[in-house]
Amino acid sequence: MENNAVESIVQAVLQKLAQQGNTAKTEKEISGVVSSVVNSDDSDLVDITSKEVKSAPLLDNPADEDGLMRMMNKTPARIGVGKAGPRLKTQTLLALRADHAAARDSVFADVSEDLIKKLNLPSFVTCCGDRNEHLTRPDLGRKFSSETASAIKSACAPNPDVQFIISDGLSSKAIEANVENVLPAVIDGVKALGYSVGTPFFVKFGRVGCMDHACEIIGSKVTCILIGERPGLGTAESMSAYITYGSKVGMPEANRTVVSNIHSGGITAVEAGAYLSEVIDLIMKNKASGVNLKK
Amino acid sequence: MNDSILSVGIDIGTSTTQVIFSKIVMENMAGFFSVPHISIVDKEVIYKSDIYTTPLVNSYLIDGDKVRDIVASEFQKAGFTPADTQTGAVIITGESARKENSALVLEKLSDFAGEFVVSTVGPDLESVIAGKGSGAQSFSEENACVAVNLDIGGGTTNVVVFDCGKVVAKGCVDIGGRQIKLSSDYVVEYISPSAKLIAEKLGLSLEVGKKTDKAEIFKVCSEMAHLLEQMLGVYEQTDLLQQITTRGSSEFNLSKPIRAICFSGGVADCIYNTHSEELKYGDIGVLLGQAIRQGRLLSDFRLIQAKETIRATVVGAGSYTTSISGSTISYCERVLPLKNVPVLKLSDDEQKKAFEGDIEFVKNKINWFMTQSDTKSLVLGFKGYRNPGYGEIGTLARCIGNALDSLLDEDEPMIVVTECDIAKALGQAMGRIYNGKRDIISIDSISVDDGDFVDLGKPLMDGLVIPVVVKTLIFG
Repeated sequence: MENNAVESIVQAVLQKLAQQGNTAKTEKEISGVVSSVVNSDDSDLVDITSKEVKSAPLLDNPADEDGLMRMMNKTPARIGVGKAGPRLKTQTLLALRADHAAARDSVFADVSEDLIKKLNLPSFVTCCGDRNEHLTRPDLGRKFSSETASAIKSACAPNPDVQFIISDGLSSKAIEANVENVLPAVIDGVKALGYSVGTPFFVKFGRVGCMDHACEIIGSKVTCILIGERPGLGTAESMSAYITYGSKVGMPEANRTVVSNIHSGGITAVEAGAYLSEVIDLIMKNKASGVNLKK
Repeated sequence: MNDSILSVGIDIGTSTTQVIFSKIVMENMAGFFSVPHISIVDKEVIYKSDIYTTPLVNSYLIDGDKVRDIVASEFQKAGFTPADTQTGAVIITGESARKENSALVLEKLSDFAGEFVVSTVGPDLESVIAGKGSGAQSFSEENACVAVNLDIGGGTTNVVVFDCGKVVAKGCVDIGGRQIKLSSDYVVEYISPSAKLIAEKLGLSLEVGKKTDKAEIFKVCSEMAHLLEQMLGVYEQTDLLQQITTRGSSEFNLSKPIRAICFSGGVADCIYNTHSEELKYGDIGVLLGQAIRQGRLLSDFRLIQAKETIRATVVGAGSYTTSISGSTISYCERVLPLKNVPVLKLSDDEQKKAFEGDIEFVKNKINWFMTQSDTKSLVLGFKGYRNPGYGEIGTLARCIGNALDSLLDEDEPMIVVTECDIAKALGQAMGRIYNGKRDIISIDSISVDDGDFVDLGKPLMDGLVIPVVVKTLIFG
């Protein structure tokens, strides 16, 4: 709610109270109350989803505190949280709900326009009309309309060695957290190996399979899509890279090479970029991806 | 997919010389869909030599030629040639290390050392190696407790304290089975200066050629045991302990109580088992073992059975000196292996300047180091950050690349070692700047310090990792 809307409500309530006999309330007092409600400072509130708070045990009187700390350092799972009677403690419950909310947010939010602009990426939409359709109709998230297809064709350099696609998939936060560092690293790496790189672009409401349609449109040899992974309660910022050689619509999923778990707690963005360029080199040299590469 | 390498351990101690071969197995522990993560999954000792008495020319000099013969015959018995070994370590331990001919002995062994064998020495490393070989380190790690290992050899006792598997203190004292040698009728044949000091403190005058008796010797042994108890904080430390402690030992002010104690080295057998024959080895070993067993080390701490006793150091040398780099790295295979490259470590503040692109600062630092240590090659080490941006990596690569390029000879490789997982990105970024003009090695997941030396081996596991040995002291 807008601040001035809050202000006017509070004003109205206080004035009403004043009319009902609380005449001691002066105009000055009223404005003081108003400003304290409107400008309430929450900087002293603790962020219960932060790493520091989560790493502190809530269990009362642990038998071996050091041992508990060591166990907690080894896993992001919610251990050492104690209990209130048969239930979770309030803080645990709230943190769980906050993490769940973050996961939902990152599914439903859009990748910020500013980021797409900053990376200078042309942006296209799959056949999905909105987020709901994107979630309920995976088939539509794998293809483009004929108008979009021709727009892609005219915006992108044809027949490159390597085509990069960035897509929100199931986590927009994953793209916002990683792409800025992965994309330039892998593009520079691939170019240094002497391969031509097509025009990278962004796909809204995308599924992994949209890379196949895009590849058919552009005629790239290797296609690599950087896409948000379905968020969990551990992190909502995990991104995957799916890479194919000679993608086509209806190809077996087994022919995709995947590098998953790209986030600050997994493989870090710049190392992932550097690693991906070598994977792409391997795929180019073998003219194969996925299980065919492992043969 | 797994891969194994053959490692050799050669231990030349004050009293015994041993050789072992072990197989180090590596495996990719990451899931199919993740970036590879190679770990050492198994270390298996596949051959143990006999235990030889270290051949000496006189009471000071090791007989290099005879040591060489022993090693040669053990290679033959085990069925290996020096070319079969990919890694390993030659350790000259205890008192023998102080003898001037150590370097000479190592040189005699150099053609058995294969391509990538470390030659090292010093109480620092030795105590840690023995603690790993005895199993004290893994006990401490698995049971999340403080465990101490005492490697009691002929000349010295190497002490190391592990907390959750990590070294928290290490040191060396002149206490050992051969500090006094005796004939079968208790005539002193040899007494070390430190043993003499201990005897004098007890008011005993032990002289070479003079007859003594069991009671006197046992008094000396009990005092030795008492000194070890002081070292581990059972009693207050005395000046005498200071006098027999090797320089460079760390302080033993432990913040957490010791829970378990483990013994290795030749005397360990006399602690774990009873021997009826007191002068079985012509020295005080058996009596020292008895004295320690009756002391407070065994009553105050939980005794754990050592996996290796007399062989702990050699097993540690063969199996625990090699580590492996991170699995996303960048290197130029042509220049490997590299040996004995000195480390220049940037502190946290200094690495910040490198990340900010302060070329002049890094250049001055490297120049100072190269002049100071009179070296043409170096490893530039720093921690790095956990999750750097691509722009930061670019700035860093330009900064250290520029500094190294301007100071190193044309054919010297640029070598960077970091702790955080950034090596592949950094190596590639540097590679793009010096495209083909410079050999670049950039590896991570390795912790180094100023004054360390680094050996880098040939790549393993389809080139994903390279074996690395970080050591503190070398000869020559």
